[in-house]
Amino acid sequence: MALLEVRDLRVQFETPDGVVQAVNGIDFDVHAGETLAVVGESGAGKSQLVMAIMGLLAENGSATGKAEFEGRDLMQMSAKELNRIRGRQIAMIFQDPMTSLNPFLTIEKQMTEVVMHHQGLRKDEARAHAVEMLRAVRIPDPEERVKQYPHEYSGGMRQRVMIAMGLLCEPDLLIADEPSTALDVTVQAQITQLVGELRDKSNMSVILITHDLAVVAEICDRIIVMYAGEMVETGTVEDIFYRPRHPYTQGLLASVPRLDRLSDDDLHAIPGNPPNLLDLPTGCRFRDRCEKAAEVCRQVPPLQVLDDGCMSRCFIDMKSGEILSVADVPSPDDAGDDPVMEGRE
Amino acid sequence: MSQPVLRVQDLAVNFRSHTGGLFRRQERVLRAVNGISFELHPGETLGIVGESGSGKSTLARAILGLISPNRGRVMWKGENLTELDEEELRQKRKEIQIVFQDPVASLNPRMTAGDIISEPLWTFYPNMARLQVEERTRGMMKVVGLLPNQINRYPHEFSGGQCQRIGIARALVLNPQLVICDEPVSALDVSIQAQIITLLKDLQKKLGLALLFVAHDLSVVKHISDRVMVMYMGCAMEVSQRDVLYRRPLHPYTSALMKSVPIPDPKLAAAARQDSWLTGDMPSPYNPPKGCIFHTRCPYKVKRCEADVPALRRMEQGDWVACHRAEDLDLSI
Amino acid sequence: MNTPADVHIDDPGAAMPQPEDPFAAAMAEQDIPGRSLWVDAWHRLLKNRAAVISGIIMFVMLLLVIVGPMLSPWEGDFTDWDNTASPPNFETGHWFGTDAVGRDILVRTLEGGRISLLVGLVATLVSLAIGVTYGAIAGYYGGFTDRIMMRIVDIIYALPFMFFVILLMVVFGRHIVLIFVAIGAVNWLDMARIVRGQTLGLKNTEFVEAARACGVDHKDIIRRHIIPNLLGVVMVYVTLTIPQVILVESFLSFLGLGVQEPMSSWGALVNDGAQDMESSPWTLVFPAMFLTVTLYCFNYIGDGMRDALDPKDRA
Repeated sequence: MALLEVRDLRVQFETPDGVVQAVNGIDFDVHAGETLAVVGESGAGKSQLVMAIMGLLAENGSATGKAEFEGRDLMQMSAKELNRIRGRQIAMIFQDPMTSLNPFLTIEKQMTEVVMHHQGLRKDEARAHAVEMLRAVRIPDPEERVKQYPHEYSGGMRQRVMIAMGLLCEPDLLIADEPSTALDVTVQAQITQLVGELRDKSNMSVILITHDLAVVAEICDRIIVMYAGEMVETGTVEDIFYRPRHPYTQGLLASVPRLDRLSDDDLHAIPGNPPNLLDLPTGCRFRDRCEKAAEVCRQVPPLQVLDDGCMSRCFIDMKSGEILSVADVPSPDDAGDDPVMEGRE
Repeated sequence: MSQPVLRVQDLAVNFRSHTGGLFRRQERVLRAVNGISFELHPGETLGIVGESGSGKSTLARAILGLISPNRGRVMWKGENLTELDEEELRQKRKEIQIVFQDPVASLNPRMTAGDIISEPLWTFYPNMARLQVEERTRGMMKVVGLLPNQINRYPHEFSGGQCQRIGIARALVLNPQLVICDEPVSALDVSIQAQIITLLKDLQKKLGLALLFVAHDLSVVKHISDRVMVMYMGCAMEVSQRDVLYRRPLHPYTSALMKSVPIPDPKLAAAARQDSWLTGDMPSPYNPPKGCIFHTRCPYKVKRCEADVPALRRMEQGDWVACHRAEDLDLSI
Repeated sequence: MNTPADVHIDDPGAAMPQPEDPFAAAMAEQDIPGRSLWVDAWHRLLKNRAAVISGIIMFVMLLLVIVGPMLSPWEGDFTDWDNTASPPNFETGHWFGTDAVGRDILVRTLEGGRISLLVGLVATLVSLAIGVTYGAIAGYYGGFTDRIMMRIVDIIYALPFMFFVILLMVVFGRHIVLIFVAIGAVNWLDMARIVRGQTLGLKNTEFVEAARACGVDHKDIIRRHIIPNLLGVVMVYVTLTIPQVILVESFLSFLGLGVQEPMSSWGALVNDGAQDMESSPWTLVFPAMFLTVTLYCFNYIGDGMRDALDPKDRA
């Protein structure tokens, strides 16, 4: 049984402009010791996905679906029960460490609070534990620094403190939402390495949410690519980087500037703008930016799943690369939009 | 080789702050930009790379005159900008423009896209006919890839990438000769970054602009620069041609930066996995190290580096580096 | 400077490659109208029931005070000796009753409303005009200018208001314009402080920096970039100032320093009514009710505006 099993997760928000479907039916598993990346651009719904699982959605948001953590459905739990799991078994790290730390409390106070609350340690025990954790994340002079305030730390150090806080209770699952986006590249390298090391030591599972494909390549095992609230492709790290099937994934990989490629390569940009969730095209949500779009893409594309677990939500056949015809597809058509096109065999 | 259109000489910007309590007030000086010199030729792109705290954004603003430098000269087409008074400097804005990092924050939320782009025209050509202003504005929108029929929409109705295009249109509407781009793509999604970088490259070629491209992302800078300057704590570590820098950097900091950039390729990433080349954190800018400012984190340092400040000196190929050991080290990638 | 004929900027558009096909068709379309932040805020305000109802009530109130006295059979100073101090009575035509000398309370209340609302409006406009300009200049230029300007504000603030008003009354006599002057002279101080605070924040925003980088001169920056972005806060403050001003005027009248007979204001009416409270309570109740309702309404509208203009709603 997987550590976390998510089935048909949907998240929507009530906005003055209408109901926005931020996440539209996501299924995935996270196994023990595995690092899963959720990759996508703004509006993809990747943050909302984990917010929903953790019960941290904004007031105007609502979620349906199942999220079974060690057999228990998180979506059905009361706030009190969720609270017990959050911080203890599932830890979360957010993007901007400055706004996640309370500027009025010392680091010691914030860290010991977590540990005392969840594990019932005494103050001095909690303090020792906190100092150990700071040492593990390579904060110099942890004995001294634990007494300081967040503003006395640099950005990279604050993020390391966040990681330390996240790991204090030795969680089974760590969810990191863009943990290194706001940091310099050298600090990012240190953080990424650190997360990898800590994960290896404790067999912790990690869900890493990011738009940075390079970081993903370094430490992740499997990847989910999201676009406009849907999963468009999943696979192992090798599958996604070396055999991307979905045009969006291919486009993303081609638009990342790379240090190791020939200099005079022009960057291949994905045309168009990020999706407006209130105004999505019918059928395949990516079709108005897709270079391989065909007539058939006006229909809802099928979810193709291979034996090894890779999947792609596209009319392009995963094995042959040919465009499927709607007739091959077991999913229902849109109400009489276009005539069925024959696949080119 | 044509004459350089911009020549910055020993530019320095200091920030003073007070610390200590009521009775022990001490003044601290932060040398945000600490003696930077470089040249830029027409039609050339110089990438300025550095991490946070390197002073690159302060440098950009000092060149523009938005911040007054404490020392040094900014020679623009032979004229020293630092000696101009406010009105004369204002007139130079027709020739030197800037594109900001946060595309949404740099646009007045109460003005339409058209007004934002037209404002420089109103400022410098107040007698220009309304129709002519509108025509030029629409033209600029097309040039940067925006639909002219969006002219009456407000910034919050556009995406981040489109807002940045509006910012670029505003910068170009007066036909400047130098555009300083201060991290113009950092706040954008990866696929949009690629669009904007491509746009800037095209515009530069067509319009013969000189570009100063400030960024923290080495990979992005690589795609657009002819030469690259690497900054660390207010000092220039290296100024090299692009192909030199990316194949065989001259300065250990540059080398460390490049090793830190993650490669979006799992096999290469696994092979490159090693201990971080940089030890420790950046030292406090209020208390910079003596001697070479980078020596506290440099894996190649020797005794000399702790005492002597290495000057930025010219190497055989025309590249510049500030390191005592530049000749000995082979930092090929 | 340059005349249109002289203007000679090379059009970079000519050198650019033509945009791709999808644009061509779209370019023939009409301009898309923009939806400004004010429009968004207005829609949000309309969803706030308390504010909308208050708005309607105030509108009706305005109509009443402007048109009402003209429709009434009685003049404000007409003394109906047959019906002195009589309670509300539909037959006699005195719907709100009469006071000790037989003047119709309804007409007096409405006419008093004219004065109270006028004072509220005018004094607020005065404080708005002076306060916004003063505050924006102090905040924008900063440094020495700011310090001097704000010290002046502090000094005037420290002057006892009542003393100042009494002084004016003594020197110039009790004239309605003096009420405007006195109140306006004090209220602009708060507005100036608020605007200065907002300006200090706005001055450091990136779009103001961008305007400076484009060579926009100081007065245009204040006019185009600073002031429009503080109007939201200013408008909220204005709607909360108006009731404050009305109350101040009422207080002055209550003390006998306000408008002179035969003109009246709600404050003066409340004063008169309070004296006859036991024998003829209607002389107090009606003006007090109008005053209270007005104050409540402006407060709800002000609250509603503040919520509607809260930028945090913008995703």
